[in-house]
Amino acid sequence: MTNTMDDIEEAKAILVIGSNTTECHPIIGLRIKKAVMQNDCKLIVAEPRHIRLCYYADRWLQLKPGTDVALINSMMNVIIEEGLVDEAFVNERCDCDRFDELKELVKEYTPEMASEITGVPADDIREAARTFANAECAAIIYAMGITQHTTGTDNVMTLANLAMMTGNIGKPGAGVNPLRGQNNVQGACDVGALPNVFTGYRPVTDAEVRAKFEEAWGVKLPEEPGLTATEMMTAAIEGKIKAMYIVGENPMLSDANIKHAEKALKNLDFLVVQDIFLTETAELADVVLPSTSFAEKEGTFSATDRRVQRVRKALEAPGEARTDSEIVADLSKLMGYEMACVEPAAVMDEIASLTPQYGGYSHARLDALPDGESLHWPCPDAEHPGTPILHTQFFTRGKGWFAPVPYQAPAELPDAEYPLTLTTGRVLWQYHTGTMTRKSEGINEIDPHGKVWISPDDAEKYGVEHGKSAVVTTRRGDIDIEAMVTERVPNGLIFIPFHYAEAAANMLTNDVVDPVSRVPEFKVSAAKVKAR
Amino acid sequence: MEMIKVEIDGQACEAPKGSTILDIAKANGVDIPTLCYDPRLSPYGACRLCLVEVEGARALLPACYAQADDGMVIQTTNEKLERIRKTLVELLVSDHPMECQGCSKSGRCELQKLADKYGIKESTFAGEVHEYDLLRENPFVMRDYNKCIMCGRCIRICREVQGVGVYDFINRGFKAVPGTPYDKPMQETPCEFCGQCISTCPTGAITARPYEDRGRVAALDMLRNACAYFKMPEDDMMKALGLEGWVTRTTCAYCGCGCQLDLHVIDNKVVEVTSPLMVGAGQGNLCVKGRFGYEFIGSDQRLTKPLVRKRGKLVEAEWDDALKLVAKKLKEAKKKTGPDSVAVLSSARATNEDNYLIQKFTRAVVGTNNVDHCARL
Repeated sequence: MTNTMDDIEEAKAILVIGSNTTECHPIIGLRIKKAVMQNDCKLIVAEPRHIRLCYYADRWLQLKPGTDVALINSMMNVIIEEGLVDEAFVNERCDCDRFDELKELVKEYTPEMASEITGVPADDIREAARTFANAECAAIIYAMGITQHTTGTDNVMTLANLAMMTGNIGKPGAGVNPLRGQNNVQGACDVGALPNVFTGYRPVTDAEVRAKFEEAWGVKLPEEPGLTATEMMTAAIEGKIKAMYIVGENPMLSDANIKHAEKALKNLDFLVVQDIFLTETAELADVVLPSTSFAEKEGTFSATDRRVQRVRKALEAPGEARTDSEIVADLSKLMGYEMACVEPAAVMDEIASLTPQYGGYSHARLDALPDGESLHWPCPDAEHPGTPILHTQFFTRGKGWFAPVPYQAPAELPDAEYPLTLTTGRVLWQYHTGTMTRKSEGINEIDPHGKVWISPDDAEKYGVEHGKSAVVTTRRGDIDIEAMVTERVPNGLIFIPFHYAEAAANMLTNDVVDPVSRVPEFKVSAAKVKAR
Repeated sequence: MEMIKVEIDGQACEAPKGSTILDIAKANGVDIPTLCYDPRLSPYGACRLCLVEVEGARALLPACYAQADDGMVIQTTNEKLERIRKTLVELLVSDHPMECQGCSKSGRCELQKLADKYGIKESTFAGEVHEYDLLRENPFVMRDYNKCIMCGRCIRICREVQGVGVYDFINRGFKAVPGTPYDKPMQETPCEFCGQCISTCPTGAITARPYEDRGRVAALDMLRNACAYFKMPEDDMMKALGLEGWVTRTTCAYCGCGCQLDLHVIDNKVVEVTSPLMVGAGQGNLCVKGRFGYEFIGSDQRLTKPLVRKRGKLVEAEWDDALKLVAKKLKEAKKKTGPDSVAVLSSARATNEDNYLIQKFTRAVVGTNNVDHCARL
């Protein structure tokens, strides 16, 4: 997030797009509701399903899945046509030539034209654009509904265009705010658990950066960027990856097109899985290593708004389970390399010494923070108060770079054989692959199993009954799942949450990826439904 | 920010304009008793316990509601105020079961604390008392209206903070309680089971069922009884018993909001999760996963020993053997097919420190950049 969670309450308009915030990030949902209910903020929700946030929205733009670029380009078209651009911001902070190119591109995206693509009434697009552009400060909040598309990168860039054009970057109550879906996705990225960068997002291809890490770690380091998670699976099927070490991940439920993941993992010569439970992925492993849960170790997590916070040991781990750090350090030693430190506080010091954004963090400093205070990175040194809002003076590259992008349809559209669009996501009660939530009693009483959401018209058309079993099929496979007939999805769209191993939505999803980010298109697949 | 100066109990205080008397008192370490107040909610002024005397004011003012004016001279305690407060508490106690031993709120009940302060064991106001059935129709929220003091905090937090509004006062007069529409079971209302009502209830009227059912291990019940018997708040009692460390502040392991959690641990088991007020992203609010999704930690399905596949089956093994096998296999792959034939998936669930060491291991020890995690999934 360019801004913080606390800052959301300051916004005078919020565009929530591709985020079911109250279910997937409930506490951020509270901040949005507070802004709306108590601070006169106008809420625009762009979302194919009727999510709970729609109850609080001034305007609900019910777009077809995967048509985000057309919608946003059209909002920008209106903003330009009606003279609502923040000229001062564009002139001072952005690259003006790029803005002219953007103007040229969005010319054809009239609300009428975009309405054809998105299904959103043209006047709603106009009103939404006016609300957003006229607000004193307007925030954009998005999540996987934006990124999990073959056009995910395009989607993010159009949102950045919209924010810059209206001057909504670098000030309170504004910003482009992606919500990270897992407790420490932000941190895992920050500390270099990515194939192309070291800690602090510095490229592995940069010789100078590499030299710094080579000196610190005392070894020669590889120069070529590695494979992304999705590429690893394909490489395993091709026989290029022979051995895999998977820590605390469950691709057998979370990967798009599970059969593809299964084929990949089974094709490996050796698979080691480190987890707290015998997950669907661990069941395929040659060696399974028992790890500790968050409650049994020391460390830090970085929240979605770059807030680094302490994780503390509250109890002893069961049996012989050990922390990920201890295990990987032992393994390292057995392979002939001694880690300089293993203790979490010392490891954080090492991270701080090698990562400009984290330079000011230490466990001691975090422990000494008064209640209610937090430190958002960049926090370069021990005296630095942290940076709640990014890009207040200039962008990382200097001038803001508009990236005009044309609309492209999702990879797999409904056709005669597969007439429905399938989209996936989470529900309030469960978390990701259910490894944790499905082991909590009360949660399973409220939400015992997955359901496919289908509109009353479609249910009748395909002979599916509420509460009865249905078979959902795509080109990847089929699953049996209970039908939930509801007006919360429009005709032509079905929704399946992906938490449940026994009715795994990702047996169905399309593993085609965005060419830049390598994120699969979880949000759009062509599907068909029948009664079982 | 415009500042104002006031005097509280003879102490000169400075505060931003618009502060309530209670805000200023709190900031200056002056304790004014409250029951219907929660910093997450807008002021309500119902319980009247926070009444204070302001020089020149026509009546006593509720400190939670009244904005302080520049130059105000405020008394938060004197004989008259304490007499009023004692009477108010006595009135509440007159219709509240005072068998604090056995109540899961004992030691952190706001009414118990005030009754102890004013030395009230039972009320001098005799009269009809409520007899409600215990409501435990859903897995998370348990309601015992016999203990309700009608402060309306549950109603207000559900409406103002959660924006849902499951509760409102139902029935009239003596029979009024904060209930659900048509007295429906909570799972038939739009309730999201965030438990914000539990977190704000000042008494034992609304409590967490997982804690009542499975968390109240013997040791903890003893603690509740001891708090009631010795009239001590829970934290002081734990300190007296040398068990200060029973609550650990940490960060939630579910979504990326990073809410701050207090894990309550007895006998190496998490018995309850709460969130500190006005701290971190949640400000004391949690969601159903954060508040109730902790039972996986103590699940008997947790992995406790390394497993190694032998003749097609995963069987228990010693750490040494398992690690040696992994090291051997990874070295083999590295040697035979090159470092780039090995791939590592790190975890968005693990800490920064774990992730750092895992990517360091991949790059420095295996010698490949094939490291990623599930950010894309």
